[in-house]
Amino acid sequence: MTPPDVLVDWSWLGTHTSEIGHLAIQHVQLTVIAVVIGLAISLPVGIAAYRHHRIYGPVSGFAGLLYTIPSLALFALLVPYTGLSTTTAEIGLVSYTLLILIRNIVSGLEGVPSDVREAARGMGYGERQLLWRVEIPLALPVIIAGVRIATVTTIGLVTVTALIGQGGLGALILQGYRQDFPTPAYAGAALSVVLAVLSDVVLLTIQRLLTPWAKPAEVRQSVETVVPAAMAGA
Amino acid sequence: MITLRNVSKQFPGSGGYAVRDFSLEIAEGETVVLVGPSGSGKTTILRMINRLIEPTSGTIEVDGVDVMSIEPVELRRRMGYVIQSIGLMPHRTVAQNIGMVCDLVGWPAERIRARVAELAAMLELDPELLERYPSELSGGQRQRVGVARALGVDPPALLMDEPFGAVDPIVRARLQDQLLNLQSQIRKTIVLVTHDIDEAMKLGDRIAIINRGGVLEQYASPEEILRAPASPFVGDFIGAERGLKRLALMAVKSVDTEAGPLVNPEAEVPAALEVMRSHGTDWAAVVDGEHLLGWVDAKGLSGRAIVGDMDPRPFSAVVSPTSSLREALDAIVINKTHVAAVVDDGRYCGLLTLERVAQELTAAS
Repeated sequence: MTPPDVLVDWSWLGTHTSEIGHLAIQHVQLTVIAVVIGLAISLPVGIAAYRHHRIYGPVSGFAGLLYTIPSLALFALLVPYTGLSTTTAEIGLVSYTLLILIRNIVSGLEGVPSDVREAARGMGYGERQLLWRVEIPLALPVIIAGVRIATVTTIGLVTVTALIGQGGLGALILQGYRQDFPTPAYAGAALSVVLAVLSDVVLLTIQRLLTPWAKPAEVRQSVETVVPAAMAGA
Repeated sequence: MITLRNVSKQFPGSGGYAVRDFSLEIAEGETVVLVGPSGSGKTTILRMINRLIEPTSGTIEVDGVDVMSIEPVELRRRMGYVIQSIGLMPHRTVAQNIGMVCDLVGWPAERIRARVAELAAMLELDPELLERYPSELSGGQRQRVGVARALGVDPPALLMDEPFGAVDPIVRARLQDQLLNLQSQIRKTIVLVTHDIDEAMKLGDRIAIINRGGVLEQYASPEEILRAPASPFVGDFIGAERGLKRLALMAVKSVDTEAGPLVNPEAEVPAALEVMRSHGTDWAAVVDGEHLLGWVDAKGLSGRAIVGDMDPRPFSAVVSPTSSLREALDAIVINKTHVAAVVDDGRYCGLLTLERVAQELTAAS
């Protein structure tokens, strides 16, 4: 790509708003599905790993292994089986959320003060009541912190799935490179950063509403740490 | 109400006994304190009562029913449980914390609300605190919330594990007084664990002194333990000054006071002097009916006709029948006198001499 005469061609943006909007929605969909499925897998696995500590090592090792596979390589490995499909994209995206989510779920549960657990048991909480009424609520700030990191990371990774014909805003970036026309690339990159920041703020707000007892200082994870994560993914 | 019979506990892999052949009867409405050094298994004993720990052998009965035949969750809901670190739920408000067990057993919201308000009043918790989170409370307030929570469903028994161990001495003394006061109203069966013998003496109707390895050394009232320690271990554990500690537990009314040399204001001086002589003193207490006016001495009366001609001087040491002998001793010694007047709401009850207090002091040793 040669350096452009003008940085952004605003008129192109004006004529392509509906296409850009469509890709942004697709980007959000890919992200939400990945994080929701990731959470649905991680929650029972994380709870089991917390209860039976000897399975935590293997579980976390496996999730770590998935996490270390370069994203492009993973998609390349999957394409022969699942094709250039959303399924391929989601398998990859979900895989990358597991390590973060499982680790945060386990460390959130482990962070529940032992005296609180002891008092609840002593008052007659059964194991299930202890989990749902005490342990999960108290682990929530750490679990949601994990969801935030997973979400922001996924938003970055979704752009990569453009290479297998998915990708939401990643498609714009790819288009910019292919046509040697930087405007769509800039728009795609900028919007994915905006999405990352926005989703982080939304999740933070949800967390504040769900955990009114927690002091903000303990759970705040500032936007500065989120933006580089999104950029790195992109 | 709670009976432990030959209870032993060995933790896997530890070899020795944490608790060995331990038996104890705890009567309904009584406060029993388990006290001993660390490693005496006192907390293990407490936790076996509500099955947080299960005994290796022996039986524990609550109201005649073996606890091993009761569902742990059911059993625990029947007993309030208070621990040193309290363990309030940080994600629940004070009101929700207090109403926790009520909620667990399915009380309707309205009944829980009323019960929480009642408990808050009982423990002198400001209603304003009810909507706060535990992190916003002081240590003493948290401890009271912990006790209120344990009393939630009005269980017949309370298990307390070092309940006042984490607060400063001034707050601790206040919480102890409050517990005594509360217990005089609610009459629960309380089993309390502490390592502090003074706390045990203050709170316990009976005290179980436990040696390392969970061996019961003595189970008796505080007064009895101080008067007659059952073993050298108990003697060491209750420490020096046990005579003084015992005085602190005895009320003035529990010993015989003397009427002493008594005169009334209308008495003629020669008769008054005769009263003094017969008691071997040079002074007499002036009592008008039942009302103590003070005292007069022989020197001051000389040249007067009746006792009332002289203004009686007030007693410097005055105690009430419910004061402890320790307080009476303090009053006598601090005022550099050798006798305290015992007065109940203005009514003269008698005199307590230093000699009489000293007799009780030496009875212990």
